Amino acid sequence: MDLNPIAARSAFEKLVANAAVVREKLWGDHAYTVMVGCATCGRSAGALAVAESFRRASGKIDAVLNVLEVGCMGHCYAEPMAVIKRPDYPPMVYHHLNPIMAKNLVERFLVEGDPLLEFFLGATENNDMLPTMMDLPRYGKEVRKLLKKCGMYDPADVMQSIALGGYAGLIEAIEMGPVRIIQVVKESGLRGMGGAGFEAWRKFETCRAQAEEERYIICNADEGDPGAFMDRTLLESDPHAVIEGLLIGALAISSNRGLIYVRAEYPLAVEMLHRAMDAARKAGLLGENILGSGFRFDVEVFEGAGAFVCGEETALIASIEGRRGEPRIRPPFTAQHGLYGKPTVLNNVKSLASLGSILSEGADVFANIGTPKSKGTGLFALAGKIVNPGLVEVPMGTTLRELVFAIGGGIPAGKKFKAVQIGGPSGGCLPEEYLDTSIDFDELKRAGAMMGSGGLVVLDEDNCMVDTAKFFLEFTQEESCGKCTFCRIGTRHMLDLLEKITQGNAGISDLDRLKELAEDVQRGSLCNLGKTAPNPVLTTLRFFEAEYEAHILEKRCPSKVCNALSAYFILPEKCARGCDACVGSCPPEAIYTTRKRIKAIDQSLCIKCDSCVGACPKEYNAVIKISPVDKLPPAEPRPEDRKGV
Amino acid sequence: MTEIQEEIIAWVEGYFDSINEKPRLISVLLALQKKFGYLPTTGLRDIAHRMNLTPANIYGVATFYNQFRFQPPGRYPIKVCMGTACHIKQGTKVLEHWERCLEIEEGQVTADGEYSLDRVACVGCCTLAPVTLVGDEVIGGMAPTKVDGILLGHKLERQARESEKQKDE
Repeated sequence: MDLNPIAARSAFEKLVANAAVVREKLWGDHAYTVMVGCATCGRSAGALAVAESFRRASGKIDAVLNVLEVGCMGHCYAEPMAVIKRPDYPPMVYHHLNPIMAKNLVERFLVEGDPLLEFFLGATENNDMLPTMMDLPRYGKEVRKLLKKCGMYDPADVMQSIALGGYAGLIEAIEMGPVRIIQVVKESGLRGMGGAGFEAWRKFETCRAQAEEERYIICNADEGDPGAFMDRTLLESDPHAVIEGLLIGALAISSNRGLIYVRAEYPLAVEMLHRAMDAARKAGLLGENILGSGFRFDVEVFEGAGAFVCGEETALIASIEGRRGEPRIRPPFTAQHGLYGKPTVLNNVKSLASLGSILSEGADVFANIGTPKSKGTGLFALAGKIVNPGLVEVPMGTTLRELVFAIGGGIPAGKKFKAVQIGGPSGGCLPEEYLDTSIDFDELKRAGAMMGSGGLVVLDEDNCMVDTAKFFLEFTQEESCGKCTFCRIGTRHMLDLLEKITQGNAGISDLDRLKELAEDVQRGSLCNLGKTAPNPVLTTLRFFEAEYEAHILEKRCPSKVCNALSAYFILPEKCARGCDACVGSCPPEAIYTTRKRIKAIDQSLCIKCDSCVGACPKEYNAVIKISPVDKLPPAEPRPEDRKGV
Repeated sequence: MTEIQEEIIAWVEGYFDSINEKPRLISVLLALQKKFGYLPTTGLRDIAHRMNLTPANIYGVATFYNQFRFQPPGRYPIKVCMGTACHIKQGTKVLEHWERCLEIEEGQVTADGEYSLDRVACVGCCTLAPVTLVGDEVIGGMAPTKVDGILLGHKLERQARESEKQKDE
């Protein structure tokens, strides 16, 4: 491909000049602009109604009020959120909004100038007046590279993306040419962020060395890990970074066809990608003769149909080709023999989204972040029992403790930390002693977990580790494609054993059998789904063996989660006379009133649905769980004459 | 041939006419399901024929993926998220309560065709856990009592519709 970088540079300068006009209009000193976070999490908290309310109230001010529907800034705990910009103030972030507050903000802040600081979270820029988002404890540790533009612009408007520095890496790449691009990626130390951590430049180089001229580049956005949502947020909030990454990758391997493989469970991500691609095409950034350089490249979105194993690259390709998503033996690697037999490079969303800034800022900026062997930042989805769930981006090498306590705010309701589950069904559960493990590809592997795609779920004292291991195994067992016997049948047997343990029917020798099976499944499976499926079981066995033993030897679930081993009980001394809150909540009508006019549970009817726990007023807190079941104190019987009451 | 079968065949024909590249099987199936809510046998056979595949081929592929269903969904399709975050926040209790209230198990449709109940692996809204999808709406912070509330809301809607109808008559 002989490209014309001079023409491209001048076309790009024109776009940048137009983008500067957009920037002035939306974010300039005289602008009135509201940006409402409208990614999936914001929407389900009511963001669209908030945006509509801002729009409806916009007539109240004399200036033009721009209302933008932007992506997600990662502060999921504070949704719906909006950034409000008006003259004489820095851009201000407001949290937990509703339509009425939106109207008030227009009337009081935008018209009258009262910033309503009681709803204010922080400013997005440094200023002399008000605290910034960077002053929040979590930001002290964060380094935002991938999230930099997320929640800052409307993905449907490519000019807004360019105004924030988007596509600056593309123009560098056009000027550099393939050899130099691969060199820069190599110098940056970028490793595949989908979990395996394979060096990104190697894939490009292998693919480039192939004789075939037709080549593909695929963005792997089949984020199947339950508990992970980084890719969804990136696609919904900064799709242009992903498109730019595909363009750069395509230049590196001289490809002119790209695909983005997205889970069908992410309808908004698919919609945002389509809108972003249309906008990019109109601006001459996709299609024939990109920026007048002679470079031809286009992307299509391929919706997956729901199979965890399709995150594996050969299975993903099989699925695009219309077959069952079963992995095959490698080599040949996909870079040699991929989609329709052509050389194909597959990269995770985060890896591709990193390319733009690596090329525009230089490899050393990226390489200076992180640890010697894991460069750059890691993007994590914090969820579970944590005060501030959401997306966080930290330099590689940050410790789990910093992530959970300093950034995530620790465990809610004064509960005790028990474990952190990292890496999804392929990862492991690490206990308190491992909280000082630094997060990078190799350290985590050493601890028995893995980086995975970056889902991080925090468990507290109320979570049972055997139940957690069972949950993951249920998932991998269900998602096993069935090709390898050990994965197909071995995981089934492991699940049966775990089922026996949680039912209280297992013997102590079952633990050895479980371990043996786990090791066999690891060895006997072809792809990483099977190889890593036993990880949750192995790590919980290693760090929480006492919990397994309690289930088996004492028939006791220490966290009182496993239904067969625990029971509900109403403390007579705490139950309030005359309060009927739990009675109405009980679906099988197992709760009755004793002669002393307090409540008790008929254990033969109880289905352990947890409704009474929620129904009992906080000031009484009379319902407790007890394990093992034989420790259950006797309850006063149901009065004979009141049967059925 | 019934009316619906004719509609399906007409749709398949229209789909294949509208694309100018080699069709991708998964994309065809997803489009078919988007249109009809499930994969009707008539459509599968017709697609197999057009793509030079055997019906067994196409059935093998369709059953491999979680998205595809072979019976029409309910008027209110309920999907209960069973991701990690939902699981550790008592998502199972929510699913069990849906099953109890609707008197069906996951994967089934109520006899009146109003509700279908499915579990999904993860919808990626982990910070709102536990999550249930009612149609396309993501509802976070689910609890058994919230299930009751949603069902009551639907019941009131139905009653309003019926009394509206009676008024018209």
